[in-house]
Amino acid sequence: MSKILIIAEHADGKLNAGLSKVLAAAQKIGGEIDVAVLATDGASVAAEAATLAGVTRVLQIDNANNAHPIAVVLAPQIVELAGRGYSHILFPGTTTGKDVAPRVAAKLGVPQVSDVMAVHSATSFDRPIYAGNAILTVEAPAGVVVATVRLASFTAVAAGNSAAVEKVSVSAAAPAGTRFVSIQAAKADRPDLQSAARVVSGGRALGSSENFSIIYKLADKIGAGVGASRAAVDSGYVPNDMQVGQTGKIIAPELYFAIGISGAIQHLAGIKDARTIVAINKDPEAPIFEVADIGLVGDLFTVVPELEGKL
Amino acid sequence: MKVLVSVKRVVDYNVRIQIKPDGSGVVTDGVKHSMNPFDEIAMEEAVRLKEKGKVTEIIAVTLGGAKGEETLRTALAFGADRAIHVKEEGEIQPLTAARALAAIFKKEGAQILFTGKQAIDDDANQTAQMTAALLDLPQATFASKVELDGTKAQVTREIDAGLETLEVDLPAVISADLRLNEPRYLKLPDIMKAKKKTIEAVSFADLGVEAAASLKTIKTTPPPTRSKGVMVKTVDELVSALKAKGLV
Ligand SMILES: Cc1cc2nc3c(=O)[nH]c(=O)nc-3n(C[C@H](O)[C@H](O)[C@H](O)COP(=O)(O)OP(=O)(O)OC[C@H]3O[C@@H](n4cnc5c(N)ncnc54)[C@H](O)[C@@H]3O)c2cc1C
Repeated sequence: MSKILIIAEHADGKLNAGLSKVLAAAQKIGGEIDVAVLATDGASVAAEAATLAGVTRVLQIDNANNAHPIAVVLAPQIVELAGRGYSHILFPGTTTGKDVAPRVAAKLGVPQVSDVMAVHSATSFDRPIYAGNAILTVEAPAGVVVATVRLASFTAVAAGNSAAVEKVSVSAAAPAGTRFVSIQAAKADRPDLQSAARVVSGGRALGSSENFSIIYKLADKIGAGVGASRAAVDSGYVPNDMQVGQTGKIIAPELYFAIGISGAIQHLAGIKDARTIVAINKDPEAPIFEVADIGLVGDLFTVVPELEGKL
Repeated sequence: MKVLVSVKRVVDYNVRIQIKPDGSGVVTDGVKHSMNPFDEIAMEEAVRLKEKGKVTEIIAVTLGGAKGEETLRTALAFGADRAIHVKEEGEIQPLTAARALAAIFKKEGAQILFTGKQAIDDDANQTAQMTAALLDLPQATFASKVELDGTKAQVTREIDAGLETLEVDLPAVISADLRLNEPRYLKLPDIMKAKKKTIEAVSFADLGVEAAASLKTIKTTPPPTRSKGVMVKTVDELVSALKAKGLV
């Protein structure tokens, strides 16, 4: 039987919602599921994780070195935990998960499965390649399976559990040579892009950061998170954490608005799991219309304010 | 200061991917290839650091079949001083690539390994981190800004929450994200000059590297397609369509 360890992500004493999706993937693998919380004081995060369905036990690893999720610091602790007989080590497919997981896999001498989007068995998984334009079914070799989970592919498990929380200490020393300097985080005054049920994204067509207010207004009207294409981020209209796509965030909202976005494959890679895609673009030939569920050809500068007024 | 840049030959990002009907993989024969865009950015960063006088030698490395030479010529045209071709016709997965890169890094006594954060073919996003792990070195992934200061580097990273800055002691591994720089347009004289630079061919055996256990590919399939939707003509129609689906 599988014995799975999931590395929980958290910030400011709050659990990252991605865990509930990694748990869904873990349940498909089946077996015992432990969640590790590596923090300086992980009590509140561990307590929150213990409420999620499928969790057998939460390991709370309090360590003064864990103030920031730095890969070189976390990896040796996770490798040490792996020694407790785990068959699988799973990470959310977040930037932190992607930073840490390969370091753990290399230390364990096993290959890593990136972006698991479906589980066929304890060792066989689907993962996207070529910006999601092909799906690979892979079989992991004998040994520990290290994987990151593509969050947009799984439905969050419910709460209502009360798993045991166990304090665990690790002896792995923090390697020297890496220091946290600063973080510049976006203000969280809108729904989080990765968990929002509705997302409104703007592209290069917006033309400036001032004009992006058109997008924010529509988003606020319907309680949506706000995203952007790479071109809009590169042009400096919005910060990097809003980028949706192959190399930005992969999202799965119920409703997605692509406004003034052409629909390059790299952008589409981030929205393939959106339930309904609405495209507004002045070019009837724009590739975004090939994937949109509802398309409207028009000038966003007149269409979007009108839409906002009528919703 | 010597730096290593690893570059990979991949199907060009503009190509529409075709999957072989028997599910054995993606069609790559007769398809345009180029340097992985993230590796171009890694390469450009190394060249800029050399132009600023902070780096003295740039060694480009690729792993793969004979055609990898084209990619190395591109790297040399960017400004790499010399190149190493780890020749291997079969598939090379990230852990094996990392073993080879770690061996070369040690042998060359390099101070920084620059790579793209992911290759746009396998989208694995593993090689930089794995190489750093094997070398027990600091890593700064997804870099959007790199500042070298003697024996240290300050690296700004693109993360889900925004931008994080780490300071790492050298030697270290740095993986490039899209906004680190805009790679230069290669000029003909540089391409000509690149033809005269040396490419050293080595094998895994020469490096003392064995292939790692790898993932076995069972099959390659196309992603589920989205069915074509409806076009509406006015905002009122759009609002009705959204209401009909219970979305607003
Ligand atoms: C390795 C790599 C990774 C990448 N990763 C990503 C990624 O993660 N995410 C991403 O988004 N991109 C990514 N890209 C970039 C991608 O290829 C496209 O360049 C980008 O998505 C284009 O952004 P856009 O649609 O906003 O701009 P454009 O392609 O310029 O499209 C603008 C659209 O706006 C429309 N328009 C103009 N004016 C108006 C108006 N007044 N009203 C209505 N419509 C209007 C135009 O018709 C056009 O369709 C990546 C590229 C590479 C090479």
